[in-house]
Amino acid sequence: MRSRVNRRLLAGVAAAGVAALALAGCTGDIADDDGDVDCAPYEQYGTFEGKSVTIGGTILDLEADRLVESWKDFQTCTGIKVTYQGTSEFEAQIAVLAEGGNAPDVGIIPQPGLLQRLAEGGWLVPASKAVEDNVDKFWSEDWKAYGTHDGVFYAAPLMASIKGYVWYSPSAFEEAGYEIPTTLDELKSLSEEIAATGAKPWCVGLESGEATGWPGTDWIEDFVLRMAGADVYDQWVTHEIPFNDPRIAEAFDAVGEYLKNDTMVNGGIGDVSTQISEAFQTAGLPILDGECWMHHQASFYETFWNPDGGDANTVAPDGTVWAFLLPPVDADDPQAVTGGGEFPVAFRDAEEVEAFRAYLSSDTWANNRVSLGGVISANKGLDPNVASSELLKQSIEILQDPDTTFRFDGSDLMPGAVGADSFWKGIVAWVGGQSTQSVLDTIEASWPSS
Amino acid sequence: MTTADLIGKILQLLMGLAIFAVIVGLLIFFIDKAPKKGRDYWQLAGFLAPALILLAIGLVYPAFRTLGLSFVDKAGNFTFDHFIWAFTQPTAVRTLINTIIWVALVPTISTILGLAYAVFIDKSRGERIYKALVFMPMAISFVGAGIIWKFVYEYKSADREQIGLLNALVVAFGGDPVQWLQTDPINTFLLILVMIWIQTGFAMVVLSAAIKGIPTEQIEAAQLDGTNAWQRFRNVTVPGIRGSLVVVLTTISIATLKVFDIVRTMTAGNFNTSVIANEMYTQAFRASEVGRGSALAIILFVLVLPIVVYNVNVLRKQREIR
Repeated sequence: MRSRVNRRLLAGVAAAGVAALALAGCTGDIADDDGDVDCAPYEQYGTFEGKSVTIGGTILDLEADRLVESWKDFQTCTGIKVTYQGTSEFEAQIAVLAEGGNAPDVGIIPQPGLLQRLAEGGWLVPASKAVEDNVDKFWSEDWKAYGTHDGVFYAAPLMASIKGYVWYSPSAFEEAGYEIPTTLDELKSLSEEIAATGAKPWCVGLESGEATGWPGTDWIEDFVLRMAGADVYDQWVTHEIPFNDPRIAEAFDAVGEYLKNDTMVNGGIGDVSTQISEAFQTAGLPILDGECWMHHQASFYETFWNPDGGDANTVAPDGTVWAFLLPPVDADDPQAVTGGGEFPVAFRDAEEVEAFRAYLSSDTWANNRVSLGGVISANKGLDPNVASSELLKQSIEILQDPDTTFRFDGSDLMPGAVGADSFWKGIVAWVGGQSTQSVLDTIEASWPSS
Repeated sequence: MTTADLIGKILQLLMGLAIFAVIVGLLIFFIDKAPKKGRDYWQLAGFLAPALILLAIGLVYPAFRTLGLSFVDKAGNFTFDHFIWAFTQPTAVRTLINTIIWVALVPTISTILGLAYAVFIDKSRGERIYKALVFMPMAISFVGAGIIWKFVYEYKSADREQIGLLNALVVAFGGDPVQWLQTDPINTFLLILVMIWIQTGFAMVVLSAAIKGIPTEQIEAAQLDGTNAWQRFRNVTVPGIRGSLVVVLTTISIATLKVFDIVRTMTAGNFNTSVIANEMYTQAFRASEVGRGSALAIILFVLVLPIVVYNVNVLRKQREIR
């Protein structure tokens, strides 16, 4: 009897051991090697033994690993322990956490609109002198403004992305003798030329789960910025002009000549109606089969060209696919781009937090992070040659060009009720056949009054 | 996460469980040692207090806070705007209409189907297997069911290979594929079908048990009176299971009013399929319109309340009869 009890106990212990081993397999134990770190670039931040900073954001998986890697040396040299925690629900939760006093020390906010709301709530700590100096030195005025609320500067930009790229196949263009358009009119005539051959020039996918419709908002924002200019764009996103302003309607109609036109879309996928059921992730792929000629999507689409992994499809001027920036109205107009980025805001007023934020706003960090691959930054101290791909390098050069007008993705600047709800839904209804005017009126009516 | 973190977390979990056990143990110990005089009250308070405190923190306080939030704007002033929005904005009104369609169809159809199935398989050979087949969807989570059915309704244009079962069938019979989930208003009914698929099993199991509880004498007496099967069903079976019918109908009605997972996984409320619970989340957390979300929560509460009251009343009456 006694031995049976023991055996049972043993079995239990063995099972627990197996479970523990299995769980340990899920952990990412990395051997700590402090190695030889050159601490010279970090001396200016001072040393803080035993201090720690928590940071939260929407960045996950590989990107999160690279982010953590980017401040490894900073931790070693300053003694500040930085703990990152990522969740895809961060944007929904951060206001609740801040209100409850449970926000992390630093939050990586991907939307200026959200930053404004948090600042209004009085939860944010203004940026220190060191952070502001870095921003004045390394970033353009456009960028600084997005981290400012009511004249108080809260956060420096972190990374960046460029929207408004038009993806195409260089070899297909060359064979057919097509030139890269330099104006919106040329883009139109090129599309018509392709359509005249019986092919559908554009492929579009608007499906994105609960965010279905957003790729369409990128189209509209690009056209508003180019056709109506940066000033109207600013007034539009801040509601100084109504959403149904005639200039916005003009941009909608210009986009409509592509998205609502059966001869223009949807190459390799079907007719106009298929845009709302085609996932944005796969919408550009018909270019690879020669069934579609152009696909409008942000720089991040670079990683989508090899859906099954591997590197069979290359992204380069002489590769399988390459991208040109959606052209301006006039060939001589300076580049105007829309894009996105993040802002690390502080919820705790402490020296170590500000030291960490000063590091994040420095050129040292930008070079560290970008050289790890996959992302870019608009930091002017960044060396474009450290970028991990041709496209990212070109994107950095566009962002650093002093003549470039940069505007943040409009739907991220608008109140959530519009930018993350009625604008998306409006695009779906509009592509589905509703008139521009009625869609614009509906979105305008949904703009929150206070 | 490192192994050390993991062990730390497991230790935390064990600590938590241990503390919980100690608190419960102490509570029981002290209640047992309570003074003889009024011991009943001490015991009553001791056992009810933890539950009441947790209810107050987790249910009562949030309910009142939600009510408060639904009446203030972002600046903190009193306003009726959120309710005016909910009953006038076309998208919000559509949400309310959709919810009404759901509540009208799901409980009635699932109960009718479940009842019919329960009656037909009653006392048949292999009854258990037939029951298990229909009950199985109940074991699948709403999210899982939503994903399964999303694949069934998947659309690809006519010249591409169909990966959705429904469209594959349509194409096999020579039709053109349909954008099931994107086409209003059929998409709402296709989502409702998923809920019915899940809830029919529940209705069937409860009603089947109730049917077995009807005294055989009553059925035999009816047979001797020369009734046909429909008359027996209508006049003996249905009155005999009335209580269970009410429970099934009300339970499914409440579940349907609160439906969130199916809509969120299958269409995320796009294409005019949103319902109150989904729109409540969308407004409060995605659109950052906490007031609008709270107003929808209050509307949902007001809609559920009469059903709960009715349910409690029926149960109480039944107890009195017994």
